[in-house]
Amino acid sequence: MTTLTTRESAEDQAVGAKKTGGFTAAAANYIDERTSISGAVKELGRKIFPDHWSFLLGEVALYSFVIILLSGSFLTFFFQASMAEVIYDGSYAPLKGIPMSAAMSSTMDISFDIRGGLLMRQVHHWAALLFVASIGLHMLRIYFTGAFRKPRELNWVIGFVLFILAMAEGFTGYSLPDDLLSGNGLRIIDGLIKGIPVAGTWVSFLLFGGEFPGTDIVGRLYSLHILLLPAIIVALIAMHLLFVVVHKHTQYPAAGHTNQNVVGYPVLPVYAAKAGGFFFIVFGVVMLIASFFTINPIWNYGPYDPSPVSAGTQPDWYIGFADGAMRLIPTGWEFVWLNHTYSLNIFLVLVVVGLFIVTVMIYPFIEGWITGDKREHHVLDRPRNAPTRTAIGAAGVTFYASLWAAASSDIMATHFHLTMEGVIHTLQATTLLGPFVAFFIAKRVCLALQKKDREIVLHGYESGRIVRLPGGEFVEVHQPVDEYERWKLVSYSDFKPLMLRPNAQGKIGASEKIRAGLSRWFFEDRITPVTQTELNHAHGDHPAEITDK
Amino acid sequence: MAKDDNGAEDVTAAADSPGAQLATSAASTAVVTPDALVNPGFPPHRPRITDLDHKEERKAERTVYTLFYVSIVGSVFAIAAYMAFPIVAEDPGSVRLNNLFIGIGLSLALLAIGIGAVHWGKALMSDHEGVDERHPVRGTEPVRARAVEIFQQANEESGFGRRTLIRNSLIGALVVFPLPAVVLFRGLGPMDQDPVALLGETMWKKGVRLTMDPSGTPIKASDVTLGSSFHVIPEGLSEMEHGRLEEKAKAAVLLIRMDPADLVEEEDRKSWSYDGIVAYSKICTHVGCPVALYEQHTHHLLCPCHQSQFDVENHCKVIFGPAKRALPQLPIAVDAEGYLIAQSDFTEPVGPSFWERA
Repeated sequence: MTTLTTRESAEDQAVGAKKTGGFTAAAANYIDERTSISGAVKELGRKIFPDHWSFLLGEVALYSFVIILLSGSFLTFFFQASMAEVIYDGSYAPLKGIPMSAAMSSTMDISFDIRGGLLMRQVHHWAALLFVASIGLHMLRIYFTGAFRKPRELNWVIGFVLFILAMAEGFTGYSLPDDLLSGNGLRIIDGLIKGIPVAGTWVSFLLFGGEFPGTDIVGRLYSLHILLLPAIIVALIAMHLLFVVVHKHTQYPAAGHTNQNVVGYPVLPVYAAKAGGFFFIVFGVVMLIASFFTINPIWNYGPYDPSPVSAGTQPDWYIGFADGAMRLIPTGWEFVWLNHTYSLNIFLVLVVVGLFIVTVMIYPFIEGWITGDKREHHVLDRPRNAPTRTAIGAAGVTFYASLWAAASSDIMATHFHLTMEGVIHTLQATTLLGPFVAFFIAKRVCLALQKKDREIVLHGYESGRIVRLPGGEFVEVHQPVDEYERWKLVSYSDFKPLMLRPNAQGKIGASEKIRAGLSRWFFEDRITPVTQTELNHAHGDHPAEITDK
Repeated sequence: MAKDDNGAEDVTAAADSPGAQLATSAASTAVVTPDALVNPGFPPHRPRITDLDHKEERKAERTVYTLFYVSIVGSVFAIAAYMAFPIVAEDPGSVRLNNLFIGIGLSLALLAIGIGAVHWGKALMSDHEGVDERHPVRGTEPVRARAVEIFQQANEESGFGRRTLIRNSLIGALVVFPLPAVVLFRGLGPMDQDPVALLGETMWKKGVRLTMDPSGTPIKASDVTLGSSFHVIPEGLSEMEHGRLEEKAKAAVLLIRMDPADLVEEEDRKSWSYDGIVAYSKICTHVGCPVALYEQHTHHLLCPCHQSQFDVENHCKVIFGPAKRALPQLPIAVDAEGYLIAQSDFTEPVGPSFWERA
């Protein structure tokens, strides 16, 4: 199934290995006779992977997860997930003699009494931040290039679940040291849960094993953090990658790239060298950051105590959007009805943030329903060629960014000498209005870029050279693009708004009406790809146009 | 591209994809134009400098193996740093050096391997791209037919569709069997406690002295100067063996003395303060962070978590931010020795709202 373009094929190499004989051949034979692994090598060894920097984002996510597993395993050998009270007696003088939980005390020991312990803690934390960040960027790449289209919708959902689990891993891990900052994070979670109608009080009571903070929560989060969540993540990553193999990787539009092929480098040797090398680069960069930059200095915060708190506390970045959303709720959104408390100031946040992320999850199915497109798509869209999708993405990013910025409203206020209230009111406005503005701008920019592409295909690009014609007229020389470059500009899927037609019973269903409305919204403004006829006309109709032949 | 066996025949990526016949059906709004431009096929291959210039190739080779040797140096350096920069007790500087030098060694070891391998792949390994053909993801028709047949046969042989009583009872059993597991989770919380009752009470009661957090020293009213504020816990809390943090999470109080003229007090709560000294719960009514920041000249309290602001002059009512309810006030008085004491517990549950609160 693999069409090889290089001189030697896998078979040749196999023959070569046999000829040399020796230990390698004998070992390979030994293993194959017991595992049939030659079949896997044949299938996967020369599998083609396309090259593009944006394809590395998912790799960063995978590699940072491996780094997290390695550094995390080291930490488990020293960490004690217990909230039993001990008196700190480690090397860090300022906290000596202070009562704290065993969890905090052992985290202090990892940081101050075990050589390289602080380094591993920092590697773990930095890699975790990178893990969530790279998943987020990877998702944006998938979204804006339309890589979620058939047949990859389910893999989008798996990736989405991984994103949520990564945040859950982050939060459970953040809470383990039982320091002042993480304890306040848990306090907020406790308050959030209590705000859930009907079940909230009891859910919190069960989660914390009694009253907040209790003595159980660290142990429970530890089970989730090192056993349950990683197991699910590993299983889902395996599925995610299996689907990548089944679907084969997408590729960007380029000359020679079609929907029936995948063009790139074979796993052995080039892709293995580059991807394997890239793992070490990611690991090396995380290590470098961990060597030079402190993260989560729990010794500055001290053990958890429900009373003190410091100003300007910030959650880890990926929790920011949820924390920010809580800050944006206006005063007084809570009421009592029929002797029960309805905490809209909390519950509404959960609902809105929940709806937002569920929309992200089901987006491929929404777009698929609107277009009715049942074809497989393996060539990516350039974002400009799907203007409405790109605009929706821009709106979503703006919404998220506003919530995220709100988590630092106090820092912004103090740094830029603004009023606390002014920052919040501004961010309330950008959260509600910003998405509409972003949608409009992004859509217009996409359409303009598409028009520009058409212009370049039909009339070439401006070369900046002004030529005077014999008649005295000045014209600018337009340089035509070559056919390979041109292909990138003209090869994209085109859709038109849905025309409503009655079904066999002569009726138009409500869902079809909604679909038609959405379809019009999506595809009303469309720039069609240049056709052969148009191209021929463009060259024929402009005799005055000078091309630099 | 050395070999291109299908690029030239392909038209637009979308038009000829598997299932293309559906594109023209009423369901799809895709536009497939027969007039589309034709994929020109792969552009000619451009050799790299290392393919053309033998000296460059040698140079790249040298770079790669040098990097791998550098990596070994980095690893050895990290081991040496582990020994050369020990952690000295009570010297945070030694921790910093230990962290830094082990980290630099490891970074070097990792980055050199990574950069070396990537450079090898990019500069020296064959740079001829390969082409894999794609096939529709769905199984071929015979395979799909066989799959259906297998399910039918299994249905036939088991009677799963026919023996509905067996099937439905099995489904029922499968639905019910996880329920005991759910019930087991009741044990996550203590059986003999009622969360709603617990949330409604704190350690404060009549006569309990207000003491400093964390020392537990009782506070004399005369020691509370005008404009000052104290972080307060109930007497006896700091000596508690069990449940100290749970009690503190409810009982933490902020004590502030203001000019009595500045206080706007409701008629029935006038007796809750003492000579301009007021005590309010420190636990935010939003989600429970400590409302620890007191702005002396405005008499506002700020919760650093979500920026709710409370007006101390006005019974700590919310003036900004997501909180709804005022901070509960602790009624205080002075005992015979001049120490501040509580008149009673809070008159309402402290901290975040919950369903059963109202």
